[in-house]
Amino acid sequence: MALLQISEPGEATAPHQYRLAVGIDLGTTNSLVATVRNGKAETLPDNNGQAILPSVVQYLGDNKLVVGEAAKNAAVDDPYNTIGSVKRLMGRSMADIKKLSGAIKYDFVDTESNVPRIKTRGGAVSAVEVSAAILTQLKRRAEQALGDELSGVVITVPAYFDDAQRQASKDAAKLAGLKVLRLLNEPTAAAVAYGLDNKAEGIHVVYDLGGGTFDISILRLNRGVFEVMATAGNSALGGDDFDQVIAQWIMQQAGIADNSNQSLIRYVSQQACAAKEVLSQSEQVEIVLDGAMGLSWHGVLSRSKLNELLDPLIKKTLIPCRRALRDAEVTQAEIEDVIMVGGSTRMLRVRERVAEFFQCEPLVAIDPDKVVAIGAAVQAHTLVGNKSDDEILLLDVIPLSLGIETMGGLVEKVIYRNTTIPAAKAQDFTTFKDGQTAMSIHVLQGERELVSDNRSLARFELRGIPPMVAGAARIRVTFQVDADGLLSVTAREQTSGVESSVQVKPSYGLEDAEIAQMLTDSLSHAAQDVAARNLCEQKVAAERVVLALQSALKADGDRLLSAAERKNLDAGLRHLQEVAQGNDHAAIKLATERLNESSTEFAARRMNDSIRSAMAGHNVDEFSE
Amino acid sequence: MITVNLTENFFTLFGLPECYEIDFVALAERFRKLQHTVHPDKFANATDLDRRLSVQQSARINEAYQTLKNPLLRARYMLELKGFDMADDTDSAMDSEFLMEQMQLRERLEQIKYSADPINQLNIVNHEIDAALNELITKITDLFNLANKDALRVVYDYVRRMQFMMKLRQEIQMLDEEYS
Repeated sequence: MALLQISEPGEATAPHQYRLAVGIDLGTTNSLVATVRNGKAETLPDNNGQAILPSVVQYLGDNKLVVGEAAKNAAVDDPYNTIGSVKRLMGRSMADIKKLSGAIKYDFVDTESNVPRIKTRGGAVSAVEVSAAILTQLKRRAEQALGDELSGVVITVPAYFDDAQRQASKDAAKLAGLKVLRLLNEPTAAAVAYGLDNKAEGIHVVYDLGGGTFDISILRLNRGVFEVMATAGNSALGGDDFDQVIAQWIMQQAGIADNSNQSLIRYVSQQACAAKEVLSQSEQVEIVLDGAMGLSWHGVLSRSKLNELLDPLIKKTLIPCRRALRDAEVTQAEIEDVIMVGGSTRMLRVRERVAEFFQCEPLVAIDPDKVVAIGAAVQAHTLVGNKSDDEILLLDVIPLSLGIETMGGLVEKVIYRNTTIPAAKAQDFTTFKDGQTAMSIHVLQGERELVSDNRSLARFELRGIPPMVAGAARIRVTFQVDADGLLSVTAREQTSGVESSVQVKPSYGLEDAEIAQMLTDSLSHAAQDVAARNLCEQKVAAERVVLALQSALKADGDRLLSAAERKNLDAGLRHLQEVAQGNDHAAIKLATERLNESSTEFAARRMNDSIRSAMAGHNVDEFSE
Repeated sequence: MITVNLTENFFTLFGLPECYEIDFVALAERFRKLQHTVHPDKFANATDLDRRLSVQQSARINEAYQTLKNPLLRARYMLELKGFDMADDTDSAMDSEFLMEQMQLRERLEQIKYSADPINQLNIVNHEIDAALNELITKITDLFNLANKDALRVVYDYVRRMQFMMKLRQEIQMLDEEYS
């Protein structure tokens, strides 16, 4: 079903197909997919009418797996092959996992790769693969509902996710065959969802208590720009922990040992979760542990007892709230409203304490389980190009400082937390010894002073520095963080021009080769010849470059290029078009790269020109040369 | 011919006069307008080349905005623009009276944890620092308007004072977090 399209002024005049785009909330406990249909953002339900997909995957062996409700129900009987809350493991090393609060009692295997893998009947699986299975399920659901392939997705991540966790999320999407338009912070997505109805100018707080993470964000909406002023949180605290304190209380009351078997513990956890839900309506709940598990116990949990159990955890969420207010330099009095996100914000006690802290009634009009997916869908709809005017621009910030290791195991921060992204920053360093010809660069993320207290993101080496006396070399390290919050680092010795760079791939993230292998192995591509697939992708890439350059030349070629430059680009364009007719993968790739290279200057001039036109009318004389 | 100019002056970028006293409303408005033009979200479907340029430009506009918005960064940036070599001047001694005041402030902070209402005490110190910072900002504005080499040296002295005080303010925030 193609809708009539009106292109943006100055853009390609050819009308483009209406592009299908969805937003995906890849949650710890539940995941959802949403889209904008007929101008309205809505979640897409499965065949049974359920919008919520439990983020649980059960591995059956023989390449078979079950995702969602059925897997969740199997968790009690088949705990070791049924993986839930996998988001907590994303971008984590084995050492991190051991430190995580709460019990993650899967069987991990020792592998050559640094990525922790869980032993299942279906083989050893990484967190990225489990997440990809969930994403694949949602992708299938969306394509079925919308009737065609998806052009792109916006996937949400907690604002507090570090580089490794973001990279892992993007890898999962890649594995599921999805084109990521943007990784969007969950709180920002929630604000977008609300921003739809009431374009309220002012400062908004998003209090997001998800299954496994807590995020607090302070945003300012001002004339179509959502600026994230500050963000803070705790990536190891969430609704699961709330359930757990209730489960622990039940176990204590019922005399069940902490080291009981997994099935029993999961059963009690489910009872705890149910009790919590009842208590958001009633003053007390009766809990009955039936005989099926060899138990017979019943007891009563009152709301006041529940509050007593929950208060210490809620208090833990208010610490980052205070920090975020301070970072944003705002006081409680300046807050317009507090948007509640995450199923756990249904707990009345949470709402009470939040209202008390921020001195305003929290917003709960949009289902707190769906609000993030809905916001992501709105943003996906905009990014894919279905909407061009009246759009909101989202300016996010980096949640944790980035730095490099200096002498003595100390961290020198290069980009501070809460810096608006994209961000780039260069800092000069020098050699420590006479004649030193190499330098090891260790990239870290975190707020602490000591290297050992921060998260190690990557190490790389700059070699071939000309021998000089200590302190004479000028090594410029440039950090660049893109709009998804992903970092790349370049180091360059200024006097000799020796250069080295890395796309930061965390030491415990998946290698590119591993992802490529998984893609080849995965069911969806097994039938397809890898070479044919590569060729096809290369042709698509070439076509994109051709179309983009043609439209750019048509718009600005005469104005911004000399006759010779124009001739040169036209020739390159024709060459690529010819080569792209053929079937030589490498030749198409080479011609595409060449054309990209020769058109860089033109693209840069266009970008500069658009900046100048945006500023036209403001002190025009400032711009004349 | 227009060329790529990543080194273009931040003031020119925003179409603002090169003055220490700045029109924050215009700055914020132009910042938004520029980001609306170059932000990577506007290039979600563009070629890798355009996306790369967009990230660079967007990052630069963010940096320019943060620099001009912040009184300390703005002063340092202007000194740099005027060719004042800050590296050359780091050894010059700071005013001993100022250093004494700073030490006294620090001692006061040390003592605050023993007081009956530490949060309130912290607030009082914070206000004093804010007032002192505002005074410095006024002085720096006047000095930049004088536009002579000696004035720049004094500006640099004030910039370093500002740095001291901002660091102190950060410490107060951390203490505040600790006590609340």
